[in-house]
Amino acid sequence: MVTMQDLATPSKNTWCPGCGNFGILMAMKRSIIQLGLEREEVAAITGIGCHGKMTNYIKVNGIHVIHGRVLPVATAIKLANRELTVIGFAGDGDAYNIGMGHLSHVARRNPDITFVVHNNLIYGLTTGQTSPTTKTGHRTKSTPRGVFELAVNPITQVLASDASFVARGYAGDMHHLTELFKRAIAFPGFAIVDVLQPCVAWNRINTYDFYRERVYKLEEADHDPTNLMEAYERAYEWEERIPIGVFYEKKRPVYSENFPFLEGEPLVRRSLEGIEISELLKEFS
Amino acid sequence: MKCIGIRDNSVSFLIGGEAGQGITRSGSLLGKAFMRGGFHVFGVNDYQSLIRGGHNFYVLRASDERIHSQADTVDVLLALNKETILIHEAELTKGGAIIYDEQTELGEGEQKRGDVGLFPVPLSSIVEELGGVPIMRNTVSLGAATALVNFDVEIVKGVITETFAGREDIAELNRKAVDMGFTYAKEQYGDSFPCRLESTGETRERIMPTGDDAVALGAIKAGCRMYAAYPMTPASPILHYLAAHDLEIEMVVIQAENEIAALNMVVGASYAGLRAMTATSGGGFCLMTEALGLAAMTETPIVLMVGQRPGPSTGMATYSAQGDLLFTIHASQGEFPRVVVAPGDVDECFYRTMEAFNLAEKYQIPAIILTDKYLIESHKSTEPFDSEMISIDRGDLLIIDEWKMAEEYKRYRNTENGVSPRIFPGTKGATVLANSNEHLEYGHTTSEPDKVLAMVDKRSKKQEALRREIETLQPVKTFGAENADIILVGWGSTKGSILEAMKMLRRNGVEARFVQVVYMEPFPVEAVGEALKGDGRFMLVENNRTAQLGSLIKLNNGFTFEHVALKYDGRPFNPGEIYAEVKEVL
Repeated sequence: MVTMQDLATPSKNTWCPGCGNFGILMAMKRSIIQLGLEREEVAAITGIGCHGKMTNYIKVNGIHVIHGRVLPVATAIKLANRELTVIGFAGDGDAYNIGMGHLSHVARRNPDITFVVHNNLIYGLTTGQTSPTTKTGHRTKSTPRGVFELAVNPITQVLASDASFVARGYAGDMHHLTELFKRAIAFPGFAIVDVLQPCVAWNRINTYDFYRERVYKLEEADHDPTNLMEAYERAYEWEERIPIGVFYEKKRPVYSENFPFLEGEPLVRRSLEGIEISELLKEFS
Repeated sequence: MKCIGIRDNSVSFLIGGEAGQGITRSGSLLGKAFMRGGFHVFGVNDYQSLIRGGHNFYVLRASDERIHSQADTVDVLLALNKETILIHEAELTKGGAIIYDEQTELGEGEQKRGDVGLFPVPLSSIVEELGGVPIMRNTVSLGAATALVNFDVEIVKGVITETFAGREDIAELNRKAVDMGFTYAKEQYGDSFPCRLESTGETRERIMPTGDDAVALGAIKAGCRMYAAYPMTPASPILHYLAAHDLEIEMVVIQAENEIAALNMVVGASYAGLRAMTATSGGGFCLMTEALGLAAMTETPIVLMVGQRPGPSTGMATYSAQGDLLFTIHASQGEFPRVVVAPGDVDECFYRTMEAFNLAEKYQIPAIILTDKYLIESHKSTEPFDSEMISIDRGDLLIIDEWKMAEEYKRYRNTENGVSPRIFPGTKGATVLANSNEHLEYGHTTSEPDKVLAMVDKRSKKQEALRREIETLQPVKTFGAENADIILVGWGSTKGSILEAMKMLRRNGVEARFVQVVYMEPFPVEAVGEALKGDGRFMLVENNRTAQLGSLIKLNNGFTFEHVALKYDGRPFNPGEIYAEVKEVL
């Protein structure tokens, strides 16, 4: 079984002290350990933003890709090698702005992958512009008169896309987040965990204090995660109370089941030699 | 086997009508029948971007010798509507035939040519008599055409039976339709039409794929296990073909939400260890350029086919061009090695696709197969592909269960030739870290100047090794006379028309040579230099406005063309157009 030390890398961490990413990284490492996964069994895919450094800081297989494209890459890795536990990491800009065009399609496709969104409601690495989840009126470098648009509600978005496992975590509650990650990883199908991540450098509104006063756990609130309508209702809560936990969970066939030949040895392990095309050529003769 | 045409030993048919009248299907069906009768065939379609109405046509040429393109004129016009007569009558060879529905109302003087034969056939009445649907008029016309050139109608019926396999009632109706068209024309017109396509029964095994088919088959044979694409003319037939065969070939075929997803999926699959590919046209390729750079930076092998059509932007979606050569070579930011290979016929589409997979993996780079609509949607008969000609070479890929070396596995280990051994993520005792950021050997991000230099130079070393290998892969092919009066230089789909133009030139006492540049990147400077030596006049032939191969040759070899033949109206060259350009300068 791997230890915390096994998952460490020599890469020097460059996140701001107090960044919510530390909580997410730690919860993910704990989840991997507690699920009994080996380092080589996990593939992490990261996008562009502060979260993207995850692949530098956790010793598992990894590919750091381009802005917004974590999901198609992750989908294909899982199809190529079903033995890998595939976890995508993205920021709110990554997942809900430039990558929004993939999110609903991957949700309806339902590959067996986990998607963790480091949602800090701001653009951090590019030094403080608005993100799609920044609330209306919030002044940022690119919105000095306040954000004009309504904020994206990630939870209702993915509920409407028929995502089969929809959860929200909070980077300030390590224990809860770890349990959430474990459930998401173990879930057979597309599992998204939107993680509220305080950004200590650029978001002075959605701080640790802001969340501490508001978050409550769905598990302790008599929430029924099989009830889609109740999930929607909870998803609209924000100003007074912010729910964390599993909003919705419903198993349905995963994408790879459409390709029965994927059963058995992972596709990557199959030989390319001696593929016969003479039967196929007959169609053209 | 005997082929008598009007102008040479080939017969050309043009079947025209509205979209939705089954034009391409009828044309290729007749082509397959001729092929089975022992003839060589070439078929090209021309259609507009719409589903019903408009004007579509398919040109089919058959001969008893190998042919490479359509001819300049048409011997038999199969007009499923009046418009076809009005538009194409002028293309008829003197003495050619027009087969048309006797119900077609031609106004006074509308049909102008007096030097062609009119062969009205009751297409609609026959279909009505059979209780068939209007689209079957095309089948009746095929029967009439078969009779006119004295071809064996049983072969045509055999192809129909296969085309409608599993729908015996429809097959039977269509066989009857062919028979009735055939019998009517035989009885009415006998042997009055001079063209002949007479089969002697001796046949050789041949196939009649399109370039798209050949690329798809090459990918299958190369062991491609994932194909992700977004529909776009003229590459969509690859998606259709592979999707229809996914279970038997064990390939994950995905219609992605857009081209961005398609290429990113290919990158993901390949990172995991699969051979994977996508195909698109210029607009889709624009969307893929960022992921192209991702593949390059992460050193993930990918194969991508670009089927060119006229641009900019949407341009003419269903026509052909060679305007994306320089774009393809330069697409995406930064400097990195890539392969761009441009096959010129269906055989090259098959073999060069297999080669592209090998090069992509050997050098861990993007390999782009650059084609165009004319090449990949046209049918051409050829010998069945020799699937053993090119063996699979996955390069420095270690297929192992466990990493047992004392030294930790490094995805980007700096080796002598710049190629770092790959292992599959999932290999015990190792983790594989790929990174779109500039990185260290293990894969971690860096911006340290000396580390950056080392990694840039590592990728650059691959370019050098690749350049040397390309020179050994017949990157330039030459055809025709050693001592030629004219040397034609071209690439891609113009190959067919150029080879046909050379036949015409030879018949008129002009010796020509054709220099076909196959590899565009890395540019085969030595092979091109060798091919451009010697006396004679050089003429560049391209389907674009700015002579893009010409600029590559100028850049790399310092050679300037005296004569340039460019065509950029979306249509391929007819051989006669190249012939005329040559005659003008000689």
